[in-house]
Amino acid sequence: MLIRLLVVVVLVLVFWLGTRRLKVVPGRFQTGLEFLLGFVRNNIIIETLGEKDGKRFMPVLMSMFFLILGMNLTGIVIFLNISGNSVIGLPLVLAVISWVLFIYAGFRKHPAQFIRNSLFPPGINPFLYIIVTPIEFISTFILRPVTLTVRLLMNMVAGHMLLVLCFSATQFFLFTAGGAWGLFSIGTFAFGLAFTLFELLVAALQAYVFTLLTAVYIQLALADEH
Amino acid sequence: MHNAFLAVAAEESPNPLLPALPDLIWGAVAFIIVFVVFAWKVVPRLNAALDARRDAIEGGIERAEAAQAEASAARDNYTAQLAEARAEAGRIREQARADGQKIIAELKQQAQVEADRITATAHAQIEAERSAALVSLRAEVGALALDLASGVVGEALNDDAKSTALVDRFLADLEASETAGKAGK
Repeated sequence: MLIRLLVVVVLVLVFWLGTRRLKVVPGRFQTGLEFLLGFVRNNIIIETLGEKDGKRFMPVLMSMFFLILGMNLTGIVIFLNISGNSVIGLPLVLAVISWVLFIYAGFRKHPAQFIRNSLFPPGINPFLYIIVTPIEFISTFILRPVTLTVRLLMNMVAGHMLLVLCFSATQFFLFTAGGAWGLFSIGTFAFGLAFTLFELLVAALQAYVFTLLTAVYIQLALADEH
Repeated sequence: MHNAFLAVAAEESPNPLLPALPDLIWGAVAFIIVFVVFAWKVVPRLNAALDARRDAIEGGIERAEAAQAEASAARDNYTAQLAEARAEAGRIREQARADGQKIIAELKQQAQVEADRITATAHAQIEAERSAALVSLRAEVGALALDLASGVVGEALNDDAKSTALVDRFLADLEASETAGKAGK
């Protein structure tokens, strides 16, 4: 919980203060910040949802992205060393938000068509709806949030496990086993280092995937045709 | 090694897929805080900054276009003025040439008139001199003829009305024949 509190405080500080004076000609810090914000804004939100709908859902999608990113990154920050997303609470909350968002988007725009598009995909023999509709219902309204949650949670848990394993093994080989076993500690430490860098990639990737999928779900809910 | 694994296992001993209530609550609170900040400050600021930048760039392009239009207008104006000046110069040159020709023609005509006048004067003078010569010649020819006749006849014919009449008749005949010859010529 303390880690999450810390992440929230850091996020709020960085983005509040960082965007307090956005100049037309950016400085170094502003350029970096704008690179991040612009990446989420253009590559995830606007590219998926378009200019108009993208602006509507931009705040929630952006906070989703940066909250996940911040929480993920705590997994490799020294003294924190565990991701805020490696306990199920936050991923579940975020997945529920995503779920509510795309259902809200669909019902707000065209309730009947949203239901038809998600449960009765066009171009299918009506007889097959007996099979297709339950499948669509499960995949759209149940499996989507579940997969979002589990994907994020397990990536973070697995990353944490790997790091713990590598560094515990280093500790064990170097001090407990002793002697020639100590040589193994070099290998395990190198793996630990590599997985730390890998976790950096995974942290960004999972934030990207989660936000992109939410944007895609909203886009599908808003789409006129399936 | 066993201790480390046991510690990890103990940490993860509750099923990680079953959420604890405080976990959910605090996760939601974290999201809400971040969402409020983003919705309230970050995204509007970001959009405002991006719009401002786009305006600045578009404004720059517009200014550049305006400057270019102005420059091309100035160039057109300059070209037009230049053409006008050339036309003006040509016109003035034509005018000057025409004026020059007119002056020359006038001078020629004046010279011609003057020459004619001089020629006419000369003719008149020659005529007058010829008449004078003719008159004086006539008197002298009369005297000479009388002298000659006096010599031939041997007697004085001077101051005689008869002789004077003779001479006059002779001269009149002479003149008549001369006139006839002139006419016949």
